[in-house]
Amino acid sequence: MKKLLNTLYVTTEGASLRKDGENLVAEVESAERARVPFHMLTSLVVFGGIFISPPLIQALAQLGITIVLLDRAGRFQARVEGPVSGNVLLRRKQYKVAEQPDEIVRSFVTAKIANQRLVLQRALRDYGSDMPPDRRERVEQVVDRQAAILRKVAFKTRGLDTLRGAEGEAALGYFSVFGDLIRSPDAAVCFRGRSRRPPLDPVNAVLSFLYTLLTHECRSAAEGVGLDPAVGFLHRDRPGRPSLALDLMEELRPIFADRLALSLINRRQLRAGDFEFQDSGAVLLNDDGRRTVLTAWQERKKEERRHPFLEEVAPLGLVPHLQALLLARHLRGDLDAYPPWIWK
Amino acid sequence: MMVLVTYDVRTSEPGGERRLRRVAKACRDFGQRVQYSVFEVEVDQAQWIKLKANLEGLIDPAHDSLRYYFLGTNWQRRVEHVGAKPAADLNGPLIV
Repeated sequence: MKKLLNTLYVTTEGASLRKDGENLVAEVESAERARVPFHMLTSLVVFGGIFISPPLIQALAQLGITIVLLDRAGRFQARVEGPVSGNVLLRRKQYKVAEQPDEIVRSFVTAKIANQRLVLQRALRDYGSDMPPDRRERVEQVVDRQAAILRKVAFKTRGLDTLRGAEGEAALGYFSVFGDLIRSPDAAVCFRGRSRRPPLDPVNAVLSFLYTLLTHECRSAAEGVGLDPAVGFLHRDRPGRPSLALDLMEELRPIFADRLALSLINRRQLRAGDFEFQDSGAVLLNDDGRRTVLTAWQERKKEERRHPFLEEVAPLGLVPHLQALLLARHLRGDLDAYPPWIWK
Repeated sequence: MMVLVTYDVRTSEPGGERRLRRVAKACRDFGQRVQYSVFEVEVDQAQWIKLKANLEGLIDPAHDSLRYYFLGTNWQRRVEHVGAKPAADLNGPLIV
């Protein structure tokens, strides 16, 4: 099986990165802070004003190690990548299927709702008895509602719009009770409904940040198997939008990002001091907070689980790559349907 | 797999310094220096063959020596470190 390679995150402002032989060297104020051989890396993610030497950019592009540039707030800026790899026939097939994507979208939507539901059920099981009765009831209602939506989605005759509608309805219910799962006694660390661009409270700031990291993984995964990340099924095409990466991400979001955000906040690994509250109302992670989230994210990717379809144990970090591979196999006609990833 | 590469390069005659430098550089391309002439390299089979051929082409077998210790894939439990200069965990979170 493919080896899970590492990602180097550079968050220190004013750091400079250079190539030395077959190593990536990170320096801060001319002191060497990290030295990593290229063959251990799959990508480099850089936050804000960091210098990358031209020979390093060239070497990474050649080796297929992607460079992702984010701004200080973790918003996506640019991506540097070598020549497009993969297979024309597969991409043509992808474009063709994207005209009539009902079955694939059904898989994405079913898995997304099922995984959201699992997040809620897991919270009820782990600390449902500590919740005030009204909050608990609200969560239980959404769990039931999602079961109903799942049944509705399973009908083959329903079209694409119904599927998109079901996804929206499920998400609305899910985020209406997401705040009830937060156990931090800190009043400043709260959730008032999903908000983005900009996130308006700390929980949204963590979610947005994790979604950015996950998009980047899914996009690399799509590109790794030779799919075009811009042509999606559930997400409609829009210039500059990595629709396929967003599609692949839907089923992974609840477990990879939402649950991680909940644990970080409920275990009080993130507190009010880890956020920057701006006058405009925007809330962002500060340097310390970002470091905590990145460490947890990297650790989470190493956790191993049995893949429900492949029945092989794989680290979570490989799941986006495995899903992209299964999708490619389905498009090629080797698999009758796309088997989504449902958490157990 | 993890391989521990150690070397001894004789520097007392002309060309020795140069060989020493080149051997160190070749090892550093694939791994990390844990002590002066000791490198830990984590490589797959193909990478290992490349590195090995490279190293063996650089040394002078009459004066220098190379030793490889194969620690396998479960090497973490077989390595203990005491004292200064702890090695970085290249598989752990890499955040600068």
